[in-house]
Amino acid sequence: MVSLLRNQKVRNALLQVLYVGSIAAMVLAGIVIARRNLADQGITSGFDFLFKSTGWDVNFSLLPATANDPYWWYFLIGIINTLFLGSVGLILATIVGTIVGLARTSSNDLARLLGRTYVDIFRNIPLILQVFFWYAIITHLPTPRSAHEAWGFLLTSRGLYIPFPNVGSAAFAAATLAVIAAIVLPAWLGRTSRLAQPIGQRRTIQFAAAAAALACAAIILAIGRMPDTPLLDFPALQGLNLRGGLRIPPEFATLAIAIAIYGGSYIAEIVRGGFKAVGTGQVEAALSLGLSPWRVFTLVRLPLALRAMLPILANQYVWLMKATTMGIAVGFTDFFMIVALTINHSGQTLEAIGILMAGFLAINLSLAAVFNRINKAIALKGNQLRG
Amino acid sequence: MEMVVVAPPAPGRLEDLRRRFFATPLQAVLSLACLAIMVFLVWKLLNWAVFSAVFTTSGGPEACQAAAGACWSVIAARWRIIFFGLYPYEEQWRSALACVAVVVMTVLSCIPAFWTGRRIALVWGAGTSLFYVLMKGGVLGLAHVGEEAWGGLALTLFIFVTTCLIGFPLAICLALLRRSELPWISRTTGLIIDGVRSLPLISILFTFAVVLPFALPQWLQGDKLYRVILGSALFFSAYQAEIVRGGMQGVATGQEEAAMALGMRYWQRVSRILLPQAMRNAMPATINQFVISFKETSLVVIVGFFEILASGNAAYGTGEWRFAYVEVYAFIAFIYFIFVFSLSRYGAFLERRMSVSER
Repeated sequence: MVSLLRNQKVRNALLQVLYVGSIAAMVLAGIVIARRNLADQGITSGFDFLFKSTGWDVNFSLLPATANDPYWWYFLIGIINTLFLGSVGLILATIVGTIVGLARTSSNDLARLLGRTYVDIFRNIPLILQVFFWYAIITHLPTPRSAHEAWGFLLTSRGLYIPFPNVGSAAFAAATLAVIAAIVLPAWLGRTSRLAQPIGQRRTIQFAAAAAALACAAIILAIGRMPDTPLLDFPALQGLNLRGGLRIPPEFATLAIAIAIYGGSYIAEIVRGGFKAVGTGQVEAALSLGLSPWRVFTLVRLPLALRAMLPILANQYVWLMKATTMGIAVGFTDFFMIVALTINHSGQTLEAIGILMAGFLAINLSLAAVFNRINKAIALKGNQLRG
Repeated sequence: MEMVVVAPPAPGRLEDLRRRFFATPLQAVLSLACLAIMVFLVWKLLNWAVFSAVFTTSGGPEACQAAAGACWSVIAARWRIIFFGLYPYEEQWRSALACVAVVVMTVLSCIPAFWTGRRIALVWGAGTSLFYVLMKGGVLGLAHVGEEAWGGLALTLFIFVTTCLIGFPLAICLALLRRSELPWISRTTGLIIDGVRSLPLISILFTFAVVLPFALPQWLQGDKLYRVILGSALFFSAYQAEIVRGGMQGVATGQEEAAMALGMRYWQRVSRILLPQAMRNAMPATINQFVISFKETSLVVIVGFFEILASGNAAYGTGEWRFAYVEVYAFIAFIYFIFVFSLSRYGAFLERRMSVSER
């Protein structure tokens, strides 16, 4: 027995079994104890509860939702809310971050100072504090009767009202898809492997594809329009309430603004880092070839900076998706809040936590997969990226 | 023929200004726009925060509400709640002293003379125990104050310090385990680290605060505060472990091989050769992680702790100061800003210093 322990291989195997075994034992013990404790409270474990109706409402949903809907439908709503808020926050944060990041890399001292002040202020204040702050601001806006108005947009304590096309939700979704296609299609066609034409013709084809997709969107909107209504529906006061337009609830607006501002300050730093990574030699070479500053920017600095930024940006986007869990601070029914409410109402603690983990794992992994694809597609082949 | 190269005459001040801000029409427009934005914002801010603000509590909330600018009297009236939460009034000097102890401890650990494993452990051990004794009392003639009465800045600092204190050694352990040559140990550890990293911190805090009591036997449950600290330490250590591992990867393999050839044992190799160099590599990223985790302590407000953000909500949420939310949030943001900004400036300084010494 002692001589067996002296054998390195046996010792290693024993060590591993001990380590993995003790962790597995702890997890198992936890689950067993939890099941017993829950059973004492009259809660049977298992996933049957997914098909029971919830009996409570969600305050924000892109899908139809009533209190009679089953739990699995609510989880789906939660995931879609999280993805929707995440995507909106992601797009807004990228826009803010790009502007601020470009200001920070600008040759103009004043623009740099402005950008730096922005980043220093908003990066150093916790996101949840910013969420509380914007929520307090928005909920203290005037009532609909004395709303702030500008260009058809209304700011009230009940949310932001914006003009909205007078179409059904299906037609609107289809039109949105068409607009997305108008952006994605040219980029996809721009890959050299897809089209063998010289660059001038390729441009024409790209523009044609974008125009066709946009035309599709316009046609869908025209067809899907409710009969006898103007194309754009402006919010307006009717009695004590606002009618028409699209209402963005205060909770959603708060989170989108906070994520855009806070995430934007991080993305600005990533953008700055990306541009700093572009070798000065390459910029000087482009300038000495006689390219105008704008073309140096679009043809040399931007593509190279994008490649340097993308992996870090992907991490930031994963973080942004996780930041939607701040929803619980203001009562926005994102995925995590649905899970927390489920635990409160049904008591199915273990199952709900399991679903939470699986959901976030799936979101993170698919985001990572998408970015790996993009990264691979735009990576320079060979060793061209040298300073 | 001899060429004489003469430096162009140094530009005058006006010429310099023109070159920097008005080189092209586009630059000029950009400069003027930035200047306009800056002047507008600074003027608005100064006007709100200083010129038309009310600073004294003499007029009460009514005088404050009538003023056009900020109402700093809410801070003058409620600063004790913001800083100390529900801590007993007569004992609040202890809470203040405890905060000072933590700040001194942090400043000390930023001085290179304290950067040996033993000294840093000593500073943090002493600082944290001093904090704990001051806050909790029950000894040395100090009245006992339970954790449920802790709040405000002191609670924020306590959660941050204990998170780091538990999380840092845990991170080193996790990094070493993940680097292990035994495949099952490194794989299992990798699974734990990646699993924790893929979850949002709020969900981990929630799990530790609300769900864990079901899964633990009675004698292991402990106070909710310590469970939440444990959860936040686990989250911190998962991120920090990857940073430490990155630092370890930066240590040349020759170093460990040389140590092995000298006959050093595993722990000697780790503590004398690997960790000192790895920690040095990982320093900037570590400071960054401290900054992030300090900001994230504010999330405990979600699971119902009375830390500085919650006490801020309480400071304006009750009664006559209800209108002064902007001022309270601005004040709390300012407190966070002081801590986080100085930490991150220190990190940037370290990074510069290290890049110079490597040259």
